[in-house]
Amino acid sequence: MTLTLDGVSKVVGDATHIHPTDLRLEKGTMNVLLGPTNAGKTSLMRLMAGLDRPSAGHVSWEDEDVTNRRVQERNVAMVYQQFINYPTMSVRDNIASPLRLKGLARDEIEARVGRTAELMKLTPMLDRRPLELSGGQQQRCALARALVKDAGLVLLDEPLANLDYKLREELRAEIPRIFAESGAIFVYATTEPEEALLLGGRCATLWQGRVTQFDDTPLVYRRPADATTARVFSDPPMNFLEIEKRGDDLVYGDQRTMPVAALGLDEALADGHYTAGFRPAHLSLAPQEGATRFGTTLQVTEITGSETFVHLDHDGDRWIGLVPGVRELEPGAALDVHLEPRHVYLFDADGALVRPAPYAEAA
Amino acid sequence: MKTRNEKAWLLVLPVLILVAFSAVVPLMTVVNYSVQDTFGNNVFFWAGLEWFDEMLHSERMWNALVRQLAFSGIILAIEVPLGIFVALNMPKKGAWSSLCLVLMALPLLIPWNVVGTIWQIFGRVDIGLLGHTLDAMGIDYNYTQGFYAAWITVIAMDVWHWTSLVALLAYAGLRSIPDAYYQAARIDQASRWSVFRYIELPKMRGVLTIAILLRFMDSFKIYTEPFVLTGGGPGNATTFLSIDLVKMALGQFDLGPAAAFSLMYFLVIMVISYVFYIVMTNLDKQEGGA
Amino acid sequence: MAEITLDKLAHTYLSEPRSADDFALQEMNHVWRDGEAYALLGPSGCGKSTLLNIISGLLVPSHGRVLFDGRDVTALSTAERNIAQVFQFPVVYDTMTVRENLAFPLKNRGLPAAEIAERVGRVGRMIGMEGGLDRRAAGLTADAKQKISLGRGMVRDDVNALLFDEPLTVIDPHMKWELRTQLKQLHRDFGHTMIYVTHDQTEALTFADRVVVMNDGVVVQIGTPEELFERPRHTFVGYFIGSPGMNLFEARIEGARAVVAGTRFDLGRSYTTGPGRTQIGVRPEYIRLGDHGLPARVTRVEDVGRHRIVRLEMDGQELAAVVPEGRPVPDGGTHVQFVEGGVNVYEDDWRVTPDEEREAA
Repeated sequence: MTLTLDGVSKVVGDATHIHPTDLRLEKGTMNVLLGPTNAGKTSLMRLMAGLDRPSAGHVSWEDEDVTNRRVQERNVAMVYQQFINYPTMSVRDNIASPLRLKGLARDEIEARVGRTAELMKLTPMLDRRPLELSGGQQQRCALARALVKDAGLVLLDEPLANLDYKLREELRAEIPRIFAESGAIFVYATTEPEEALLLGGRCATLWQGRVTQFDDTPLVYRRPADATTARVFSDPPMNFLEIEKRGDDLVYGDQRTMPVAALGLDEALADGHYTAGFRPAHLSLAPQEGATRFGTTLQVTEITGSETFVHLDHDGDRWIGLVPGVRELEPGAALDVHLEPRHVYLFDADGALVRPAPYAEAA
Repeated sequence: MKTRNEKAWLLVLPVLILVAFSAVVPLMTVVNYSVQDTFGNNVFFWAGLEWFDEMLHSERMWNALVRQLAFSGIILAIEVPLGIFVALNMPKKGAWSSLCLVLMALPLLIPWNVVGTIWQIFGRVDIGLLGHTLDAMGIDYNYTQGFYAAWITVIAMDVWHWTSLVALLAYAGLRSIPDAYYQAARIDQASRWSVFRYIELPKMRGVLTIAILLRFMDSFKIYTEPFVLTGGGPGNATTFLSIDLVKMALGQFDLGPAAAFSLMYFLVIMVISYVFYIVMTNLDKQEGGA
Repeated sequence: MAEITLDKLAHTYLSEPRSADDFALQEMNHVWRDGEAYALLGPSGCGKSTLLNIISGLLVPSHGRVLFDGRDVTALSTAERNIAQVFQFPVVYDTMTVRENLAFPLKNRGLPAAEIAERVGRVGRMIGMEGGLDRRAAGLTADAKQKISLGRGMVRDDVNALLFDEPLTVIDPHMKWELRTQLKQLHRDFGHTMIYVTHDQTEALTFADRVVVMNDGVVVQIGTPEELFERPRHTFVGYFIGSPGMNLFEARIEGARAVVAGTRFDLGRSYTTGPGRTQIGVRPEYIRLGDHGLPARVTRVEDVGRHRIVRLEMDGQELAAVVPEGRPVPDGGTHVQFVEGGVNVYEDDWRVTPDEEREAA
């Protein structure tokens, strides 16, 4: 089974919520929609589910056009950020409710509810009401209701956003396992790059109503098609440096120059404006063989216990570095950071990727 | 390819039929009467817009309309602020709040004609608590004879009967405001007035719109209570539009003019309610919603 | 700015508490140092918000006292304590503009117009809304509204303390970095006492000088981020701090040696343990995979970008190891080694102090 979006767009009034989008989601895949709030993740999901009709384009299941088919006729399940369950029903009845609607036999319902509850670790709580459960268990109940339905398409809209950090970690590790047993098309919206990486599968990055890239998740992370994708898929945010190539030199910052080799660029590269991008973990405080030095001013440090985030000012650009160990550094002081050319992505003036970071190609 | 599902219309059909029989058909009968004349024996003559013309120039109708507008204006001016005031002072939780809610709901449960009767007796100088007390205090009070006494009694009766509705709606609006707003206001050292002006009032706007609309429409159609209490008197002092209409239609059996009258009455209510609604929702939009 | 003292503080929502279980907060004595940034970290329902509301005066504790600079403020209202608080969900005054929202706490305190304008302008820049000061607050997105709430807290610079109740819950990841830096900078510039409640360890550790870890109404540990990471006092802290949390193994302690899964190895320091259940705790960051050590099997590898989390099975126990980018991850069978100094010993869930540390103290 496949779900295909063919030129699907959504315009409400004079606001374009979703620009024309082509996507092909295969059966048994985990598809992550990654983007900040209001990037269009929920709008896109609603179009996939049939809760909204696209302004243009077609949605098809297999080869059948379902654009005008309502959500009730599509066999779709959806889980939201809020824990949505029937408050007056027991967990058992909650999970059974979609099956009762389908009119399945009692034995069959019982067997499937039992199996799903086991999978979601809800068996001991089957006779309790949702509101007597913890947040994590309530969301497990909502997930169970979505799974038991055996829907071809399961949409998860930031399902872990309202949970405690540690519970999130736990469920996040479980979701790929649960999903592997189901075989449906999963679509999972999130604002967090780390969550996207942990879920794996395929990833569509969204920015202002546009899908900027759709590919295997690690590949999108390591080989972003443009600067926007790189920014969306980086937490802490990717650092950028505007450069101008003039012959053998690169001009950057306050009219500073460095040789093209400092960023590992080729002299054959056409002259003009570019943007170099590199991730926080690739800035180091210690000089390294072949690394290029940048002089910055330290603004703030944040210590995580095992690592230190340094917030830097480089000729007006805000950079973040992530260095191992606990570093007590004086804010306001000058700080040299070092960057190896193999960690540098190069984007052209329009933001399109010119050269991926060589280290990522090797990985 | 399947087009939009049309089955939904079938589900709406019973309601459409019901509305047709309960509203549209009677309304059409009225329209029918309003353009014809009759001398009895079920013989009708085409009269065109004559009755409408007559009613528009009828001093009697204009007087009733002015009385009606004055009445609705006065009771809104009293009931809305009073209802908000009561809601603000109701306990927020616990047994007391339930008790308050029940007490507030009581007047709403009493039928109109009973309310009229209660106040009729209440205000009587010979046996009524209110009338007798006022009389004993040397105040010249007689709602069957004095213009002001009649108006004050009718208004007091309506306020007693309906302020609860405004209060209950306002209370529901207040209860939906999250605690964090009050806490933040305390931290910002906002005065009681600021809390009301910047938090409670904006958050209540939605329910207040409904309360004002309901109270306006209901008060504009008021009939039973003043009819039982004063019968529209003294003279025509409390003859509101609907009382006048009934007098005309059933008392004098002027079916044509009465039908034209009631159509115009209906239009006036619709237009005023619509204007109210538009003004309130626009305010809403300007202020960014409740 | 003030030093905040909690004196025999405890709280119960019940009128007649019978046992310790009836208390949302167990008795605690603690001094919050003037001008420090604290984080209150714990899972939902651990009592952290209750404690915050007691400090801010929104809640009166059932037992004990709260002192600001030695003055008993237990019975004083929030306004009288002169604190600012930012809530989890944005609180803005819908009918006002952004500017009026920011000016509101100052206007209520009767500050001169020129000073209000100056401070509102400064805070507007700080929260990145200087361009939209005259917009109505009602139509804005959740994170813009939350920035206004933060701004209303920061606009007063004479406050005794700035309190934050999970303020970044509704904020996008990228915006979180920016707002957190701004909070830190604000703390550095003005030196307010700040208390930040959160369930998110990254937020807590990066924001605070000292983190107060709570569980079940009890303060489990108060320490710098480094202390919490390196020397968790309780296995709960080991689990709650770090992602993934600390690995725990059943172990027999024999002085400076431990026996795990039948294999004996050096701890580097000697410990004196009692009759309780003994375990060793090792952070995933302090596990090395290679050819020597305890035999284990790789079950799953999670790629987080800058490092990989390797899930292993060792003698029926699950454990996690963090492997930095660029280092190879073995496949199937491997061996686990613990980095020296990265091992803590626990008895009945509480950390056992190494003998030499105890002697030094």
